[in-house]
Amino acid sequence: MDRPNPLFRNLNSKLASLPMMLIVLGVFVGGTLWTVLFSFTNIKILPLFTPKQWIDGFVGFANYKRLFNSDRWMSCPAITKIGQEGWQLKCTGAMPNMITYAILAIIISISLGFLLAVMMDQKIRLEGMFRTIYLYPFALSFIVTGHVWAWIMSPEYGLQHAIRELGWTSFSFGWIADRQMVMYAIVIAGIWQGTGFVMALMLAGLRGIDEDIWKAARVDGIPAWRTYIQIVLPMMKPVMVTTFVLVASGAVRIYDLVVALTDGGPGISSDVPSRYIYQNFSANLGQSLSASTVMLVSMALVLIPWMRMEFGKKSQA
Amino acid sequence: MKAFTMAAVLAATVALPSVGMATDLEVTHWWTSGGEAAAVAEFAKAFDATGNHWVDGAIAGSGDVARPIIISRIMGGNPMGATQLNPGKDADDLIAAGLMQDITDLATAEDWAHILRPASQLESCTKDGKVYCVPVNLHSAQWMWTNRKVFTDLGMEPPKDINELIADAPALEKAGIQPLSLAQGWPVGLMVNDILVAQAGVDNFVKVYKDRDLTIAGGPEFAKIFETLASIRQYTPADKMVPQWNEAVGLVIQGKAAANIMGDWAGGEFQVAKMVAGTDYDCLPGLGVTPVLNTGGDVFYFPKSADPAITKAQLELAHTLVTKEVQVAFNLKKGSLPMRADVDLSAANDCMKKGLEILDHSSAVFPNDIQMIDRDSLNQINDLFTEFMANPDMAAADAQAKFVAIIEAAPK
Amino acid sequence: MANSNLAAGPSGAKPKPFITPQRAVVYTVLIVCAIFFLFPLYIMIITSLKNIQEIQSGNIFIPTLHPTLDAWEKAWNSACTGLYCEGIKVGFWNSIKITVPSTIVSIIVASLTGYSMANWPFKFSEVFFTILLLSSFIPYVVMIYPLVIITRELGIYSTLPAVVLVHTIFGLPLLTLLFRNYFASLPQELFKAARVDGAGYWQIFFQVFAPMSVPIFTVAVILQVTGIWNDFLFGVIYAGPTNYPMTVQLNNIVNSAQGGKAYNVDMAATILTGLVPLAIYFFSGKYFVRGIAAGAVKG
Repeated sequence: MDRPNPLFRNLNSKLASLPMMLIVLGVFVGGTLWTVLFSFTNIKILPLFTPKQWIDGFVGFANYKRLFNSDRWMSCPAITKIGQEGWQLKCTGAMPNMITYAILAIIISISLGFLLAVMMDQKIRLEGMFRTIYLYPFALSFIVTGHVWAWIMSPEYGLQHAIRELGWTSFSFGWIADRQMVMYAIVIAGIWQGTGFVMALMLAGLRGIDEDIWKAARVDGIPAWRTYIQIVLPMMKPVMVTTFVLVASGAVRIYDLVVALTDGGPGISSDVPSRYIYQNFSANLGQSLSASTVMLVSMALVLIPWMRMEFGKKSQA
Repeated sequence: MKAFTMAAVLAATVALPSVGMATDLEVTHWWTSGGEAAAVAEFAKAFDATGNHWVDGAIAGSGDVARPIIISRIMGGNPMGATQLNPGKDADDLIAAGLMQDITDLATAEDWAHILRPASQLESCTKDGKVYCVPVNLHSAQWMWTNRKVFTDLGMEPPKDINELIADAPALEKAGIQPLSLAQGWPVGLMVNDILVAQAGVDNFVKVYKDRDLTIAGGPEFAKIFETLASIRQYTPADKMVPQWNEAVGLVIQGKAAANIMGDWAGGEFQVAKMVAGTDYDCLPGLGVTPVLNTGGDVFYFPKSADPAITKAQLELAHTLVTKEVQVAFNLKKGSLPMRADVDLSAANDCMKKGLEILDHSSAVFPNDIQMIDRDSLNQINDLFTEFMANPDMAAADAQAKFVAIIEAAPK
Repeated sequence: MANSNLAAGPSGAKPKPFITPQRAVVYTVLIVCAIFFLFPLYIMIITSLKNIQEIQSGNIFIPTLHPTLDAWEKAWNSACTGLYCEGIKVGFWNSIKITVPSTIVSIIVASLTGYSMANWPFKFSEVFFTILLLSSFIPYVVMIYPLVIITRELGIYSTLPAVVLVHTIFGLPLLTLLFRNYFASLPQELFKAARVDGAGYWQIFFQVFAPMSVPIFTVAVILQVTGIWNDFLFGVIYAGPTNYPMTVQLNNIVNSAQGGKAYNVDMAATILTGLVPLAIYFFSGKYFVRGIAAGAVKG
């Protein structure tokens, strides 16, 4: 590694990363450019990848204008005054729904996943069984498990119905049919599906902690719970970051869950951006790609500053 | 890099698609339920009898699921031999790109223009004077289904149209019966459109959808219909909605709901439940108001192939699909109406016969929505209707204004 | 430090001979959560054991008095998907043929990439990493057509290599992140010590890092096997009709919109399709042991 030519520095590293570089440049950058370019066209279903089709179909920002005029995508009717306390901005539509879902899913599944991983780390019996129980929702196709959740949460024949039959007649659980609450119903199913994997990831992180740390903590008489919070948690930061991105990217792209559970209903009150993108994809490709571009740009605006802080400073050799 | 080579070798040794016999024809479609599969089997049987072989490529979930797959396959240069696709504007891009087989010669030779009716179906397969697809059946969406027993048990006369049903609704609700069952998603749009065409009449409906007549769409007649829709909302609250259309029909069959608005394919559900049309249940075309039918239907397209043997088999399949025997056998199983008037349908049930009768009065027949307006606008209209029916806070006038805006913005 | 790499058990509180209040809390939390997680599975299983009349008329929470395995038998052997009535079993081997190479290739590519990024950064590696991370937020569907063109131009469209490539591509962002961050969390003294000993890129990877990273490889396998096994869209689009995975049959059984819905068969088919990932979850247990024995390099 003492060669003067910088091209040959870390040559093996570059060779091993070559497939990644090709994929990033050829597929992700290329595909994104394609997405952005064709979001300015009125192509309906068949992209031909020819300059002629692009020029013929060019419509400028028309798709974007339509997107932002669409109540389905986002609508913030007005700032409403609530009582004495102040003002409240209430937005509805696919984008705000996704943001609500993402914030709740990230917070709940990461804290619950970490808690479960710590519990699993206590030399418990039947660890394999518990791990499989928490993970199994991840393995089953959501087309059907979504239907089961729709049953459970249905006011007609689900939990509400069963508990009322048992005698508690005022019991009410109709989130899935309630425009205000439906996103929370989707969060429940999302937590159920995704927390197991967060637990597995955290468990792997916990088990990557040096054995010596535990021994030292024990010698110093630090209680186990404090060791977890004050010593282990900070050491697990990289794994936490991974988990965060994993859960966040899943939440931003949330699709199956909504389709299986509510299909955007009641009305379109639980619509999400991916569903908008999917539905337009084979009807109005240009519109679909414009929505995708907006999503991508919003993500970049949030992520790039964060990543500069997170990864930028420690470009250690 | 090593990894890629390894995968390639590994994959290559396992299986590569064999270059099939020239007469193997892969046909993609989304008919996967029991009755549908039985109907497809009639096609396959007849095609196999020509010495070719039907390779079934069923992919459930029409539209959103199947369309990107079908387009990808055609774009990727490995197209199927034939594929089901919605007629009309969906396939226009594919035809314009020269990816579809032109079957005009066959259509002319067999005089499809005269043996297939109504003319609108073949027209939607025709682009710039050339024929690109074969219509195989007619489906209509304008039906109201009622459970007679629900009404007679309450000492009421079963309704003859949607207006009578609305009048009966309070009494039904009082007896603990849902007046109108409804499923989420597209069935809402179907119901609203059915009510629009039943109340406004075919002429006005077509003027709005096809000719984009904004004075009618925004006029007092439509305003009244939106008011009617707003009054129906109370009978179909979100917590009474079911996920699938067949569950909504099931509620009528079980007597938990009095009526449902759905296309003629709902008839299959009643048949499976061994109920008899006219005795146990009523099927009311045009919701009983005006006997009208639209002419939705299924068609098959033939992606262009470089292999002449495939092209030959494609033409043979196209020919087979419209022969008399195949039309009868297929449509009896599918519950749809045949494309040909010159076939014997004595085995058809009452609802089918009602449909056939309307079909003979061509003024009551109007084109399918996708033949009049693009899918994107249809999706927006559907969004609007689902939102309107689910959101009691949305005023009828608001909904109408938004409807007019979508119609206005739709590309001609 | 008598513990060797794989024999070491989990850490945490010392094992106690009998139930302490602390352990009672642990088990209570685990069991309460387990009940929440198992509840839908319970409903799926009892529904799969009912017949259609019972499903339509009965309470979804109450098990049937006359359980029958008909739905399971039907789902595996004879449920119709289009013309062919052979159940979901037909695609089983195709699913294996797609999942095994896709999982292996994607994990090899991503673990090496993650290792390079964490320990052997080069010019622009951070830029690539940033783009990769952003890519994990792209909805898959918009990449379908560009990938059709890419695989067509590579001459592999409608073959197994195409679907392996596609799974590798979509697995890359999250897997790279997974490995990069895990390797970054390992004690860097190990890496430096190995460098001092003269070990190179490959040696350090295989002899130092990989053995310490068994749990994270296990997580990667779980993630990939689950995702690839359950994938439907890419299998149908890129693998070609002769390689359709079993999710195609599952989709056809579950998603067929017309005709009476056989919920019992849907449930059985779903559980059957999930058995392979489930088995991997269950048997991955012994790979979840503590990965680091600090003495491994020092001693």
